[in-house]
Amino acid sequence: MIDMTDMLNVFQNYRGDAIVISGRASKNWVNISTYEKRDVPLGDPAMGGHASFAFGLALANPDKKIVLFDSEGDVLMNMGVLTTIAEVAPPNFYHFLLDNECYATTGGQPVPNAQNVAYDVIASGSGYPSAHAFDNLEDFTNNVEEILSNPGPVMVALKVNPEIENEPIGRRRRWQTRTRDQVIEDLQEELGV
Amino acid sequence: MTQQQAELSPETVLAQIKANGVTHVVWLPDSETNWLYLLMKADPTIELIPVSREGAAFSTAAGLSVGGKKPIILIQNTGLMESGDSLRGWAIGMNIPVVLMVGYRGYTRHGVIQDTAATYTERFLNAFDVDYYLIENSEDAERITIAFNEAERTQRPVAVLVGDEYHGFNR
Repeated sequence: MIDMTDMLNVFQNYRGDAIVISGRASKNWVNISTYEKRDVPLGDPAMGGHASFAFGLALANPDKKIVLFDSEGDVLMNMGVLTTIAEVAPPNFYHFLLDNECYATTGGQPVPNAQNVAYDVIASGSGYPSAHAFDNLEDFTNNVEEILSNPGPVMVALKVNPEIENEPIGRRRRWQTRTRDQVIEDLQEELGV
Repeated sequence: MTQQQAELSPETVLAQIKANGVTHVVWLPDSETNWLYLLMKADPTIELIPVSREGAAFSTAAGLSVGGKKPIILIQNTGLMESGDSLRGWAIGMNIPVVLMVGYRGYTRHGVIQDTAATYTERFLNAFDVDYYLIENSEDAERITIAFNEAERTQRPVAVLVGDEYHGFNR
């Protein structure tokens, strides 16, 4: 299992000017990123939709590298999108999947068949031209630069430690530094939209 | 009214889509849209993005729209109802000015509806406070432009219900 903050610190070294849709990693990433205006922490507009949102953003901006930190719970909810991404195959789309084997934000209940799903295999079977799986930081560190330097779409499935939240939502620490409207405004300024 | 006027011509619908600057059609096939699909597929100015569940159409369209493109969503009413949370979160919640053309399965002009897909379609849209326009034939097609204008003005999704199941898109 990989510590999510450690993994994001490694990723940060190779992020460059990529647009980062931080998804379920947002509360960790917000303290690591050095390019806030290209970060897209949307909260949770509707579970399962981050991959298709990021895919749409990648299609709209083929000259920008789009990195998504998705989760296995989200992908399980909208798995068909993998076939769409694979068919259209935007080369600027980098699909990182954080697999903590549970629904961490609702108390850590396991996702279906939590320990026995190979998301890299599912991505490959859906037609992704490239897919990787890592369960330790060293292997991830040794490969992430090359993954990001090659064209996508690519799936990078990561086994990460669950960061389970049991506090009622209203009592949780707010990690957001910007409203969603501000996030979109900043992004569109960066994109020249 | 001639028979031709009574039908909804796919060429007319495509002309409306192009006139409103659509760049991407995010869609899932339904029985109303096959002929339109063939026309769009042959048009180099429009990119077709196939999804396998309608909810993904809303989040995909949100990404395209935020990224500076102009998508339209093309789905059936059955899939629209499956997509409630995505419509809420990704389209309404993200202020996405997108038009959804919705095949109105079960719609009948005389009002005697035997298909619950039609029974709940307008009730569903009303529940989400999404405005909609009904088109039944080519004379109604300008309502598509009205929908685009309203979506842009309100920065919200607007629906066009395609009530032409039997003789328009499937020749």
